[in-house]
Amino acid sequence: MNFPVTEEQRMFLDSLRGFLEKEIYPHEAETDRAGEVPEELGEHIKRRAIEMGFYAANLPESVGGGGLDYTTMGLFERELGKVSYGLGGHLARPTEILLACEGDQVDGYLKPCVTGEKHESFALTEPGAGSDIMSMSTKAVADGDDYVINGMKHFISTPCVPDFAIVFAATGVDDTPRGPRKRVTAFLVDRGEKGFTIQRGPTCAAQRAYRTYELSFDDCRVNRRQILGEEGKGLELSDKWLGMGRVWVAAQSCGKAERLLELATDWAATRKQFGKPIGSFQGTSFKLADMATELQAADLMTMHACRQADNGLMRPEDAAMAKLYASEMVGRVADHTVQIFGGMGLMEEMPIERLWRDARIERIWDGTSEIQRHIIARSLLRPLGA
Amino acid sequence: MKVLVAVKRVVDYNVKVRAKADGSDVDLNNVKMAINPFCEIAVEEAVRLKEAGTATEVIAVSIGDKACQEQIRTALALGADRGIQVETESNVEPLVVAKLLKGVVDKEQPQLVILGKQSIDGDNNQTGQMLGALANMPQGTFASEVVVDGDKLNVTREVDGGLQTVSLNLPAVVTTDLRLNEPRYASLPNIMKAKKKQLDVYSPADLGVEVTSHLTQVSVEPPAERQAGIKVEDVDQLVDKLKNEAKVIS
Ligand SMILES: Cc1cc2nc3c(=O)[nH]c(=O)nc-3n(C[C@H](O)[C@H](O)[C@H](O)COP(=O)(O)OP(=O)(O)OC[C@H]3O[C@@H](n4cnc5c(N)ncnc54)[C@H](O)[C@@H]3O)c2cc1C
Ligand SMILES: Cc1cc2nc3c(=O)[nH]c(=O)nc-3n(C[C@H](O)[C@H](O)[C@H](O)COP(=O)(O)OP(=O)(O)OC[C@H]3O[C@@H](n4cnc5c(N)ncnc54)[C@H](O)[C@@H]3O)c2cc1C
Repeated sequence: MNFPVTEEQRMFLDSLRGFLEKEIYPHEAETDRAGEVPEELGEHIKRRAIEMGFYAANLPESVGGGGLDYTTMGLFERELGKVSYGLGGHLARPTEILLACEGDQVDGYLKPCVTGEKHESFALTEPGAGSDIMSMSTKAVADGDDYVINGMKHFISTPCVPDFAIVFAATGVDDTPRGPRKRVTAFLVDRGEKGFTIQRGPTCAAQRAYRTYELSFDDCRVNRRQILGEEGKGLELSDKWLGMGRVWVAAQSCGKAERLLELATDWAATRKQFGKPIGSFQGTSFKLADMATELQAADLMTMHACRQADNGLMRPEDAAMAKLYASEMVGRVADHTVQIFGGMGLMEEMPIERLWRDARIERIWDGTSEIQRHIIARSLLRPLGA
Repeated sequence: MKVLVAVKRVVDYNVKVRAKADGSDVDLNNVKMAINPFCEIAVEEAVRLKEAGTATEVIAVSIGDKACQEQIRTALALGADRGIQVETESNVEPLVVAKLLKGVVDKEQPQLVILGKQSIDGDNNQTGQMLGALANMPQGTFASEVVVDGDKLNVTREVDGGLQTVSLNLPAVVTTDLRLNEPRYASLPNIMKAKKKQLDVYSPADLGVEVTSHLTQVSVEPPAERQAGIKVEDVDQLVDKLKNEAKVIS
């Protein structure tokens, strides 16, 4: 990556890279094999990240965060994309949705997430409602000052057991010109709340040490004070910030692709077959050329989205295009890298097979590639009434 | 106590350096640059002295073209209080650097000057010693421990035979060895503060120094490629090879 960075961004990246090399890279292979990050290690990374001012760097300074703009956050996420998320997640960037906290919620949820005392989880997906959020069956029924929640969420991922969940549940149905539409409301639900259980989800091939959880709600009663934002405005709330999540996936994909490309290039320059470095065969070198070209394209799309966001001009399709292209790009780069490494590319002795597995998730979470295409196509066709 | 720290802009230690095709110099095109690692240790030591309440001000100085302001800013982000750039486009050699630093010492009157024992580009290992001589200050080179003791400085030096501790009168010059400390990474808040710190620019003329050159670089070439090693079966074979092939023992 050689796009221009400011003096502060350069120093920040130098410092962050040094931090990741020291605190994260050495633990990747082992935590991936174990499928979890030992608690003490996670706490250590968190403590160091807090000392460095890297923790919650995405949130505004007014709530105690680092106050980084979207462009600098893009560079930050790009570096974190190079490392295992189970470890990197301990340099938390709490979801910006928490900025909707009001009154007691600020001290109860937002601030503890900034200081590292609490960890949130974002609970939208259900077994029966993945891409099609509106088919969600989790319901919250008003009962006096309370709501009673029933339903189940799965694939809810955090680097450690969450202290609370931002749960999206249907609180009714609205009539709209395009037919009936569920009213979705976001609730803050604490771990330990009666009727709320958190269980470890199935083992995932990608990002093994980054856990997913199943959350079930069985007559779980919460006060209306636990509503985040307004009743019935849950999806508007998440839309306001979720677009950026897609840009972060794009940035992470670029980072991971850069790490893979460096490994592949190094190998191609040193591994000899037929008396020459395999990089001297066009079968290998042209792969490297394509990888570098596609990475640069993805980087530019991602940075464009970040700059647009900084200027308040980012459209949903900007984020969707960056996410679609960058996540598909890292898939190709990972596959080429395995190929360039030959048999060694699949062996656990090397980080390649892990990065190849890890890269696969990027095309699925935060909206699959198909859903991104749907968003882009809709932006083209909807103005024409189609 | 005022501490002056010298920082040099060099090729990042992770980069595999290459010679230019015409052999005139090292190819610096598109190469990542960084603070010389030994200078980073010097900055760290100075900042620790400040944190311990021993130093009152830490000044980072670098000599070079505009680009070396990057390394000064990095030193400021690591905790130095202000920066000085001595601006020159020339490729300055150790004696000139020492004279320029002497000029800065005269202006600033620091109690302690900390430099790296060498920089990882030229590997000269001369500047600190020359500065000590020019400024008439005692020197403790290759430091692995620095302890301020009143108006004295006890410096533990890494020498061939082990460790040697010298006691210097302040003001003094110290050059750092690898084991003196482990430099920190700049924290985000300190990076943000670095921009606002003062950075003065002097010309060599401001310091009364004429930049001259006594050395000519004849050619730069990569080291000969190493032959692959071999595995020996046993000690007898090893001794035999050392005696008869390598001829390093008899
Ligand atoms: C490791 C991991 C962590 C996750 N973390 C979280 C989390 O923290 N919080 C959270 O809420 N969710 C999380 N998710 C869920 C993730 O967002 C969903 O997996 C994703 O949205 C896809 O939903 P699905 O898996 O149910 O697939 P489905 O929606 O069932 O999709 C299956 C396939 O059908 C395609 N498809 C579906 N609809 C269409 C259509 N209209 N047109 C064309 N193709 C279509 C999809 O593109 C996909 O290829 C996580 C998932 C994983 C794997
Ligand atoms: C799980 C597994 C089981 C195996 N089982 C056996 C077994 O039972 N017996 C056995 O003998 N072997 C076995 N192998 C070895 C396998 O056949 C080799 O891995 C394969 O031949 C590739 O060799 P390599 O891994 O050394 O890659 P390399 O030969 O180093 O190739 C690296 C890359 O360079 C490319 N390349 C090399 N030369 C050229 C060229 N001239 N032009 C263009 N591109 C080039 C390759 O296509 C590849 O992309 C096994 C490997 C694995 C991973």
